[in-house]
Amino acid sequence: MAGAKAATPFTQTEGFKGLRLISPTLLYCLILMAVPLATVVIYSFMTDGDLGVTQPFNFDNYIKVWTGKVYQTIMARSLIVSMLVTLTTVLLAFPVAYYVSFHVPAHRKSLWLFLITIPFWTSYVVRVFLWKVILGYNGVINSGLMSLNIIDEPLQAINYNIGALVMTLAHAYAPFAILPIFVVLEKIDRSLLEAGQDLGESKIVTFLRVTLPLSVPGIVAAVLIVFIPTIGDYVTPDLIGGGKLPMIANMIEVQMLKQNNKALGSAIAVSAMLIVAIVSILFVVWNRRYLRGGAK
Amino acid sequence: MKSPGLRIYAVAYLIFLYAPIVLLPLFAFNDNKIIAFPLSGFTTEWFSEMWNDDALWRAFTNSMIISTSVATLSTLLGLFAARATTRFEFPAKAPIMGLVMLPLVLPEMILAMSLIVVLLALGVNLSIFTIILGHVLVCTPFAVAILTSAFQTLDRSLEEAAYDLGEGVFSTFVRIIFPLVLPGIISSFLITFTISLDEFIISYFLGGSDVVLSAYIFGQFRFPAKVPAMLALGTCLVLISITLLAIAEYFRRRGIAKVGGKDAGGFL
Repeated sequence: MAGAKAATPFTQTEGFKGLRLISPTLLYCLILMAVPLATVVIYSFMTDGDLGVTQPFNFDNYIKVWTGKVYQTIMARSLIVSMLVTLTTVLLAFPVAYYVSFHVPAHRKSLWLFLITIPFWTSYVVRVFLWKVILGYNGVINSGLMSLNIIDEPLQAINYNIGALVMTLAHAYAPFAILPIFVVLEKIDRSLLEAGQDLGESKIVTFLRVTLPLSVPGIVAAVLIVFIPTIGDYVTPDLIGGGKLPMIANMIEVQMLKQNNKALGSAIAVSAMLIVAIVSILFVVWNRRYLRGGAK
Repeated sequence: MKSPGLRIYAVAYLIFLYAPIVLLPLFAFNDNKIIAFPLSGFTTEWFSEMWNDDALWRAFTNSMIISTSVATLSTLLGLFAARATTRFEFPAKAPIMGLVMLPLVLPEMILAMSLIVVLLALGVNLSIFTIILGHVLVCTPFAVAILTSAFQTLDRSLEEAAYDLGEGVFSTFVRIIFPLVLPGIISSFLITFTISLDEFIISYFLGGSDVVLSAYIFGQFRFPAKVPAMLALGTCLVLISITLLAIAEYFRRRGIAKVGGKDAGGFL
């Protein structure tokens, strides 16, 4: 069958069959994602007025977004919060992924992974709200510590600040960080570790020189998969920050829907995506020597 | 060999992960409108308040319609993509799969806003229908991931044997492939159902005047008096999600056992 490939009509080729089979999914994504995203990019270069989005091609929105004090503050805050969340999540997640991969017996591994993923699939809005309740001025931690007579006055350091935002988001994205690292750790050939120790390296040196470099692809995947969606989070700044710590998503909502300035809102959205893309690419390039051959 | 420190850390991490979920029923049954310690007594008042809330039932009906449609559609789209990518080599495979999986990392706010811009420009009224359109985008990558691993473990020779015995392409799919990947399909359906039920941003912005459960809860949190009933509802939702996921996990494992594969771990 394979030998006759050159003679088969186009509609009988493997390439055509594959494309035909995937076309419903592809068309759906093109029409409902690619076209809308392209529209946002086009809108961002226009002006939104009483007549709707008009007057093609100018950079006014971008000049406003990149030079306006309010926008700069919110962009910087979003970037800092997502970076802190990513750092916290990945640092906290690595030992767990390592433990499950290296110390949990094989037949218990899927139970651990199941337990780790469950909280992630359960009502996101309720979970974020519960962090507000836990960390609030009259919240669970403060009222708990006060009823145990450990503190006399509510702690204010844990209330609605950047730290609370980071904590809540780090909790929300935990499984996203654990799973990619776990997958990479599972692939590490255990005989390499034995070789390291046979050659006289200590466990810690073996970890630093063999395990850690080999797990970089997983860490990079974890960083990207946490960092990119976090920057667009809407619920956490709204509920935990109490509206005082808006992030990019909240600003996009204000411009797009409340101010009804779709062009400016689009420019903010495109700017956010650009920032995310640039930071992600820089991060991947920075780690490129570990990624070569490591990824599938 | 065993490191107790690491084990203690891992268990502490699980406690951190489960802290909010454990507090949920605690305060849902607590006889006090204020969510704080010490607990003051046991009550089922919040559950009956939740049960008698008509607006909540409307949101529940909307959510059920949406989640069922989304699970069906995204599993179907996932089937096309997973089968195509595991069975065939075709031009531009990597970019096409990249586009299909993109919603996994794209901030939902950006997806929601770009959809709104286009829908409003086309004059489409926001409703349950537009939420479904958005949710299918978000859920399809998960369906593709689950179904791809189901198709990957499939033994190609079974299919070839069916062709050799004279079965056509369609009947081979129905009689050989479909039963073997059925556990994966069920798992995909349940997981996409759960994601859709839980999803907030798209439901909140693309619903117009149609309210779904997650958006209803978010709105009610603004009224302190409504919070306990919402925690009761949250408790029920967590129970539903865990049940659905446990069933999905059961089918996922059964699917792997069925084709004689080795269990490689979680859903993602």
